[in-house]
Amino acid sequence: MIPFSLQKAADISAAIAAAKTGARYIAGGTTLVDLMREEVERPDRLVDINALPLRRIQTEGNDLVIGALVTMSDCAAHPDVRRLQPLISESLLEGASPQLRNLATMGGNLLQRTRCPYFRMLDARCNKRTPNSGCSAIDGYHGNHALLGTSSSCLATHASDVAVALVALDATMNVTGPGGERTFPVEALFRLPGATPHLEHALQPGELITAIRVPGGRYARRARYLKVRDRSSYEFAVVSAAAALDIENGVIHEARVACGGVGTKPWRMRDVEKALIGKPADRASFAQAARLSLVGAAPRAGNKFKMELMPATIVRALELGRDVS
Amino acid sequence: MSREAEPTQSCGRSEAPVSVTRRAALQAAASAVAFATAPASRAQQATPAATAAIESSTIRLVVNGQQRTLTVDPRQSILDVLRETLDLPGTKKGCNAGACGACTVLVDGRRINSCLALAVMHDGAEITTIEGLAKGDTLHPLQQAFIECEGFQCGYCTPGQIMSGVACIAEGHAGSPQEIKAWMSGNICRCGAYAGIVEAIASVAKGGKL
Repeated sequence: MIPFSLQKAADISAAIAAAKTGARYIAGGTTLVDLMREEVERPDRLVDINALPLRRIQTEGNDLVIGALVTMSDCAAHPDVRRLQPLISESLLEGASPQLRNLATMGGNLLQRTRCPYFRMLDARCNKRTPNSGCSAIDGYHGNHALLGTSSSCLATHASDVAVALVALDATMNVTGPGGERTFPVEALFRLPGATPHLEHALQPGELITAIRVPGGRYARRARYLKVRDRSSYEFAVVSAAAALDIENGVIHEARVACGGVGTKPWRMRDVEKALIGKPADRASFAQAARLSLVGAAPRAGNKFKMELMPATIVRALELGRDVS
Repeated sequence: MSREAEPTQSCGRSEAPVSVTRRAALQAAASAVAFATAPASRAQQATPAATAAIESSTIRLVVNGQQRTLTVDPRQSILDVLRETLDLPGTKKGCNAGACGACTVLVDGRRINSCLALAVMHDGAEITTIEGLAKGDTLHPLQQAFIECEGFQCGYCTPGQIMSGVACIAEGHAGSPQEIKAWMSGNICRCGAYAGIVEAIASVAKGGKL
């Protein structure tokens, strides 16, 4: 590991002051420490933010406000999360391992780096790691890469599960930084790769995620997360789908659908949602709507199987959501 | 040899003398590992001195009930500190990337991958390692169950499996073989001793021996 210094911030303003002068935030460290050891990440200064008062989960009516330093484990197990947004709990428990979930935080989860293997191979080309160095995945292994939002520079997926749920649920995030506080949709955190895949998110230098807010909705109860992967647990998604439905008398009033493993960011499926409204909550409607997930998809030789797997996963997730008792 | 045929709480292969011998052997092996890693540790310390100014810090840990005060380089993980500074090599370094679970220890009662936890960020933490489970010569019930159920072959992943298993039971995630498999999935066993591992954890959880 390349030498670095580490300071501890006692409060938010101290953390931002350190970040303003170039220090990187570290919370759980499950991504950053790993990538520093691989020398993919090379910060010379870290600021430990674990003492900051961002570990609470609160409710405001049916809205959930989750502190950015709440661990994945604590968030998944929290009674209010399980009661108001079971989708968040389920998606968290489908990610990582118990040991990692005890360390990793909600804010850090959103900012985790891609699991494209070339990103962490220093002798491979990777535009995300080294701008303008090329992409080894395009002509190499891309069996688990994205269909949606790709560019000629990058095909890498965003690996988070809970981000898929948060994007489906219209969650917003509070950030604070040198320019003050602001709030924006979690979906807007993630940038498409375009010609600059090394620029992954919309945070300004020194900005810190403080909380994630999840609005309540009638669809929140009938919500499931289905993760298809190469083994039954502790593996990244090949394709995943979050689905939430508000159904009355067998007819869909409102729907939320997002997918993981298929996009260069957690991918909201708005066309699929629109096609579900007013339709009977049956397999035929689900299958017809799920086909719209393919609009704009750009499969390659290694990942074209996802063109079948993605709509099939959406259909299954919708069925699971519908069948929540 | 069919495990399904033995539904009893204990896996029925207990041989007391074996556990004593095994413990002695583990201690001997542990000393050898500590000796072998000492020169590597010194070599690692020599590099930063020549490059940037590294600010070492003094931290305090309670490790297996004992108060320890030590000086750490910010790059040192809890795993490094346990093995190289505190001479507790029972915790194993497998992948050193948070993927295998061999380095699992309890920090403030929760299982974590100690390879990804920078020691400097855990000042004041209470850590339990595999060395802290037995009471004198009496093995922890899960250690005993791993022997009885043949929950290991080469043994390298075993300390991590046992620490993770202790937490799995304490968390209440050991209610069925299926649940145990899901909640133990962060611990990889390349020998494939999973059947025995699940059986050992299930037997202790069922017996309420923790």
